Order: sequence, then C-alpha cells, then structure tokens
Amino acid sequence: MNRQIVKLFGLIVILFAVLIGFTSYWAVFDAQALKDKEANKRPLLEQQQIRRGRILAADGTVIARSVPKGRGEARRYVRRYPEGALYGHPIGYSFVRQGDSEFEQYHDEELIGDESEFESILDELRGRTQEGNDVVTNIDPEAQRVALADLEAAGFGAVVAIEPSSGRLKVLASNPPYDPNRVPEHLSVLNRDPTSPLLDRATQGQYPPGSTFKVVTAAAGLDSGTITPETTIDAPGELDVQGQPLQNDFTEDFGPISLDTALTNSVNTWFAQLGEQLGEDTLFEYMDAFGFGSTPAIDLPSDQVYKSGAFDEGELLGPSDPVDLARVAIGQERLAVTPLQMAEVAAAVANGGSLMKPQIWSRVVDPDGRVIERLDPSQYSRPIDEQSAAELTTAMEGVVSEGTGTNAAISGVSVAGKTGTAETPFNETCGGGTEENQAWFIGFAPADEPQIAIAATVECTTQFGNDVAAPIFRDVAETILNGGG
Amino acid sequence: MRSARNRELVALVPVALLLSAGFAAVFAQQSARQGDVSLIYGAYFLAVCLATHVYLRLRLPDADPYLFPLVALLTAFGLVMVYRIDPDLARDQANWFVLGLVLFAATIHFLRDYDVLERYRYTIAGVGLLLLLAPRLPGIGQQVNGAYLGVKIGPLAFQPAEFSKICIVVFLASYLREHREVLIVGARRVLGVTLPPLKHLGPLLVVWGASMFMLVFIRDLGSSLMFFTAFLALLYVATGRFSFVVIGMALFLLGAWFFASTVPHVHDRVEVWLNPYNDPSGSGYQILQSIFAQADGGLFGKGFGQGLITIPGTDAALLPAAQTDTIYALIVNEVGLFGACAVILTYMLIAARGFKVALLADDGFSKLLATGLTAVFAIQAFVIVGGVTRVIPLTGVTLPFVSYGGSSIVANFVLLALLLLVSDRARREARA
Repeated sequence: MNRQIVKLFGLIVILFAVLIGFTSYWAVFDAQALKDKEANKRPLLEQQQIRRGRILAADGTVIARSVPKGRGEARRYVRRYPEGALYGHPIGYSFVRQGDSEFEQYHDEELIGDESEFESILDELRGRTQEGNDVVTNIDPEAQRVALADLEAAGFGAVVAIEPSSGRLKVLASNPPYDPNRVPEHLSVLNRDPTSPLLDRATQGQYPPGSTFKVVTAAAGLDSGTITPETTIDAPGELDVQGQPLQNDFTEDFGPISLDTALTNSVNTWFAQLGEQLGEDTLFEYMDAFGFGSTPAIDLPSDQVYKSGAFDEGELLGPSDPVDLARVAIGQERLAVTPLQMAEVAAAVANGGSLMKPQIWSRVVDPDGRVIERLDPSQYSRPIDEQSAAELTTAMEGVVSEGTGTNAAISGVSVAGKTGTAETPFNETCGGGTEENQAWFIGFAPADEPQIAIAATVECTTQFGNDVAAPIFRDVAETILNGGG
Repeated sequence: MRSARNRELVALVPVALLLSAGFAAVFAQQSARQGDVSLIYGAYFLAVCLATHVYLRLRLPDADPYLFPLVALLTAFGLVMVYRIDPDLARDQANWFVLGLVLFAATIHFLRDYDVLERYRYTIAGVGLLLLLAPRLPGIGQQVNGAYLGVKIGPLAFQPAEFSKICIVVFLASYLREHREVLIVGARRVLGVTLPPLKHLGPLLVVWGASMFMLVFIRDLGSSLMFFTAFLALLYVATGRFSFVVIGMALFLLGAWFFASTVPHVHDRVEVWLNPYNDPSGSGYQILQSIFAQADGGLFGKGFGQGLITIPGTDAALLPAAQTDTIYALIVNEVGLFGACAVILTYMLIAARGFKVALLADDGFSKLLATGLTAVFAIQAFVIVGGVTRVIPLTGVTLPFVSYGGSSIVANFVLLALLLLVSDRARREARA
C-alpha cells in the first residue's frame, strides 16, 4: 500500500499547487483587471477612508468637499456639493456605490493624493494618514450661474466659455442640470429621466452646427489661399446640389459678394460653392486641425467627451467617404458637433489662429496649502495663421454689428461672432414637431483683444440663433468681462 | 526515548513566536479599543499548548513530533484572524479550542487501543450516516443558505458532517482492510475495464449513494465532494486499482451532473461558479467579493487588520462569511500571496506527516486509518480554498483549524488525536 500512499501524497501536492496557482492569478497576475471591474467597490471604499481633496472654483468657492461620518474604524468620508446643481456638470460626482464621473473621475489621483509606494511607507512610519489634495478650477462662478440661469429660461442646451489665450474653461453649463447630492439616493431616477440630466450637453451633446460651421469653412478658405477677403463669389438664391435645391433664406439672390457680406448675411449658396472649391481633403484637413474627429484634449474622462464631425450611423466619416461637401460647408449634411468643439473654433480664431488645449483645472494644492502643480497652458494646434484669423474676425464682427447676430452686441465692446439655426424637424428628443431648431451662437469679445470665446446653444427651440442663443452669449460675456477676466 | 517530544517542544517555539507577533500586531492595531486583552489571549493559548505537550509526553511519547506544532500553528493563526474580525467570536473560538483539546485528550485516553474501533465499525458507520441525516430531521435540523448543514438540540448547535467524516473514514478503513484482498483478487476485466466483484461492491455503492444523498437532501456539495474523494483515495490505497478510482469519479460526476441539472441549489452553486458576473450583487456576490479581496492583497497583503470586511459605516458585508467560508480570501487580502502560501504549505506539511504515519504503520487498519484521516483533512482544505479561489464551486466547508466554528475545531482535534495514536504505536513498534 505504501506505493499508493506516496502517489496519493503526490496528488495532494499537485492539488495544493493548483490552489497556489489560482491564488497567484487572482492576487497578482489578474489583480489590476479585477480592481477595474465595475462590481468591485473595494478601491472606492478604500479611497473613502481617505479625506478626498476639495474642488474649488476660480475664486475659491467650494464646489465639492468631503465630510467625515462615523468614528473610529467606521469613519468614512462622504462627498458634499454645497452649490448643488450649479456644477453638476462638469464636476460630476464621487460616491462609493455609484462610482465617479466627469472632473471627479479624471482628477481622482490628485484628489485622493495618490502617493508612490515609497512615500506611503514613509507616511506610515511617521504615523500620517494619506490626505487628498485640493484642485482649483478655472470656473467663474458668476458666469456659470448666469449661463445656467439663461439656459433654464431658454431651453435645454449648453454654454461653454474659454479664455482663448490659455484654454482655461470659465463656463461649462448644461441644462437640464442635476444636483450631484441626489446621486446616492436617486441615481436610477436620474438615469431614467427622459430629459437626460446626467448628459453633459457641453461635451456630450452632439448637435447639428448649422451656420456656425461657416466659420470653419471661411477659415479653411482664407488660410488655404482659396479666397481672400476681396474674392467675390456669385451667390444666387438657389443652387442645385446633387439633385436637391440648396437655398438662401427667402431664396434671396445676393449676386457677386465677398466674405464679409456672405458671413454677415449667412449666405448659404456662397459658402456651399466655397466648400466645393476647397474640396474634401482641404476642408477635412482644416476640420481636423480645429479638433474635429478627435476627442477634445480636455481634462475629462475620454469616454465622457464626444467627438465632433460628420457621422454616418455613429461612424465618423473621413475625407475619403462620400459626403455632400456643399452641405457640409454650411453645417448641414450629417455633421454633429459638441458645444465644446464650437467654442474651441471661436477660441482658435480669437487667439490669432492658435488653439489652446481646453482645461478645467488650474492648480493642485496639497493639504498644507502648497501649490504642487500648476496648469501650464499649451497649444493644441494651429489651424490657421494670424492674418487669416484677423480677416475672419473682421467678417465675424460684421455679423454682430449689422448682420444676423445683432443680439450679441455689448455696448462699448466690439463683438465677433456667428449665429446658427439648424432645423431639426421630426426629432424624437424634441417631441417630433416640425418647427424645432437647434439655435447657436459662437463668438468672442472684445474682438480686438479677445478675453473670452463662447459657444451657446439651445436645442428644440422654435426660435433662431440670434433670438435665443445670442443673448446668452451676451450675458455670459458681459459677466466675464465685468469680472475683470 | 523522549527525543520525539523534545523535537515537538522545539517546534512549538516558532509557533509561540508567531502567535506573539500576531497578537502583538492586533494589539498595536486595536489597543485603543481592546486594552491588553489580546496579550492575555496569547499567553493563555501558549499555556494550553504547553499543557497539551506535557500530556503527549506522558501518554504518547513516540507520536509524530511535528503534527501538533503544525496544528497549533494553524489554530493560532486562525485565532488571530478571527480575533481581528470580531473579538467576541475569538472568545468562542478559544473556548472551543480548549474543548477540542479536552476531547483530544479523552480520545487518546480511551482509544489507546484503537483497534477496538474495528469491532464497532458498522455501529460507527450507522452513527456517521445518522449524523449526516440529522440536519434534515424535523425539529433539530437547520437550513443555512439553502443547504442543510446544521443541527440544533437545545442550546447546542453543531455541524454533524464534521464528525461524520471521522466515522466514515474509520468504517472505510476497517471495511477495506478486511475486503481489500477480495476486491483485488475478485476483480474482473470487462470490456477492458477492471471492475471489482459485485458481491463486495455493495457497501461501496452505499458510500456512493450516501454522497449522492448528501448532494440531494443535505444539498451540501462541499461535504459530498470531500467525503467521496476521501473514499476514492482510500479505495485506491487499499486496492492499488486506479481503474476503481476512475469508475468512482465517473459515477460521482455523473450523479453530480444529474443533480446539478435537477436540484436548484446545486445547480445555482455550479452556475455561480461558472458565471459569477451574471449577478454580481446577488448570487455571485460572495465569490466575486472573495476574488476582489484577493486581488487587493497582492504579494504582501494590506497588512494585518487592514482589510475591509464590511462596508465602512454599515453592517453590510463586503466579504460575506469572512470568519468561516471566505477566511482564506481575508488571509490573502491581509498577508498577501506569501502569507497564503505559508498557510497552504502548513496544510501540505500536515498531509506529509500524516502520510508518513501511514507509511510507518504496520497493520492494514492503521495504515488505512491514517491515510483516510489525512486525506479527508487535506481534501477539506482543498475544497474550501479551491472554492474561494474559484477552482471548484464555492461551498460551505470550513478551513480546518482556521475557520471560526466549534464543530470543525473539535472534530479536527479528534482527528488529530487518532492520527497521533496510530503514529505512537507505529513508531514505538518501528523502534522496538
């Protein structure tokens, strides 16, 4: 029997080796994947025992902070958002059971004060507990409040305001808003809400840009040398494009006109022809340089920021795909853009053609009050040169001073901008009516020395860009300019 | 002559050191709350170990010197783990530890001539089966998580399967000792497969039937697996016929497959094992949290007393049944892969010493008894650790000497006593 006993022991050894193998797999080899699992709340629970840093507005207003609950081992920190719904977007939330989102998720490491292994051992020896850092944002509380209040009066939509020279985001407002304090109790209610309050329309709303896209077409025309400000194109009341009539408002015939007149009056037939002259490669090249087709380089989780561009059933189209270029040039076709992207277009023109990376954060401050990291503004791309930007600015000033965007005018300040009104009939989110539009205004001020570039949009409105979006632009811009920048 | 016991005493030294370090760690962690209670626990534990050692010196001077220190190591580790989970549970556990040692001493005292067990083998088998049945008996049976595992008679609650396993092993060792020859000689080759003679197959089929019965009526997949594997191990050692094992395994898998598709409880266990992510907050919660706890441990663990067992601020379990079923996951979480390997290694060393006892033993019954006891012990450790690490479906079997649970501790000390009895005789005869 001894031979069998030895063999049996061998089998037991093998079985135990299997146990060690599986334990190694879970504890070491597969550990990271397991920590990332949706069902795994351990990483969050452990974080919850660390005091997460605060999130502050540019003026020091506390947007998010953690308050202790319970004592001793049961002590944990719970996130509070003192300003409620005002910063629900873009700050997001961070709770144990519901997870985290948006800014809270992106800046998680800074907020929990993630340390290197060596630092944490040192801390342990010194008896210090890990503490999170504060993150200060660029958000202007007054402007954010004005933007959200205006939106709530006008309809669902979004406002994005960028400081053109630095890419600092002063406003990211999305209507309808939600109060992150409600998330622990009501996340499923918010998720089911047909108005989608959890959707950050500023970065995830994909809307037809309408005539605001003519700024991109004009930029491509000027910078590529296809046109100069003096170049005239004959703009009849109606063109036949791919078998379908493409008309101006009221089928108005403008005759031969240059860029200024075309942009001021938002002449469809003029820009459609410019688009066709540019060709697909050139127009898409400029779109890409403005950031279309890529996930914006903003400090938000990349899965929560949507791309802009021409889409076909969710697939982004490239220059080799067949598109109706004349209609792309006037913001129709299958273009879908985010308010953030259109604000970036305005910011790039305002900043002499240089597009800065849009950033919400400004600096990270450790628990002792030391600034440990500071935003170093950097250029994302340079879609057009300075001269083209200046020429385009002049044309955009005409829009506000005498064209389709007069409601954006601010007394004593020159404003450059462009309106947009994309018809969205039979749209399900708008209730399927025939009169609904996507109203837009993008622009910047002051035109000669821009301090702020803004995109404002309202969805499912029966009004035009100048009626409903331009006033929002004006209010937000005025607030920021009066605040001294 | 006393060299075996001297080695045992020396081997107890590292146990004492580890225990002191463990309790000191808990003490350092929780001193604010617990005062110096933890240190008193440590001293008390060591005193009991020393007393047991002295008793073994007197009664079983030649018994294997390493088995008791290894078991003491596991018990000490388990006690510290349970203490760290809940000091109140640790107090129970410490009491059971003492009760276990009392029964350990009693077993050694009354079964010095353990051959007497052979005479009562059918009685013992009957008791074993009755114990298995008990949880289904009206009035005393208790259902836990869909399985009938417990018995409650007045204030006394216990898990009869823990004791039943010893009875069954004693019966099998005795029965196989007597019938092994006929099982080997009478075997016939049918269609190229060696089959045992039908006449002697009866009692073995009863064991198979008992396993299936447990699966269906007790719904205890873990114990069923443990019993049947131990049975196959014994059958193999007794007959040397690997084909018997294959046939037995096939029968078991066939039965398990059949009942897994007909008995909902068994079916659910298997389903959760294969697809835990289908219901991560429901039926898959325990196994997933167990795996997540291990992932959080890494190589070195989070440190003693640092792991999360409940969701902070609530009583909701983050690691369900941390003190019993999933204690191994907590071990990986807190002392890491290295600590867990040390625990597994300890079980392996106990198995090695147990099989050594079987190798040294002279007569068939002693050999088979030592083999059976060792096998059932090692397989129990495999079944629960395998369950927690998703090697096999997770079942409610305890981790011997480590998990919280009176029946488990007490029954396993009786098991250890029997092993030491066999060992003492074998080594004495080998020396003579």
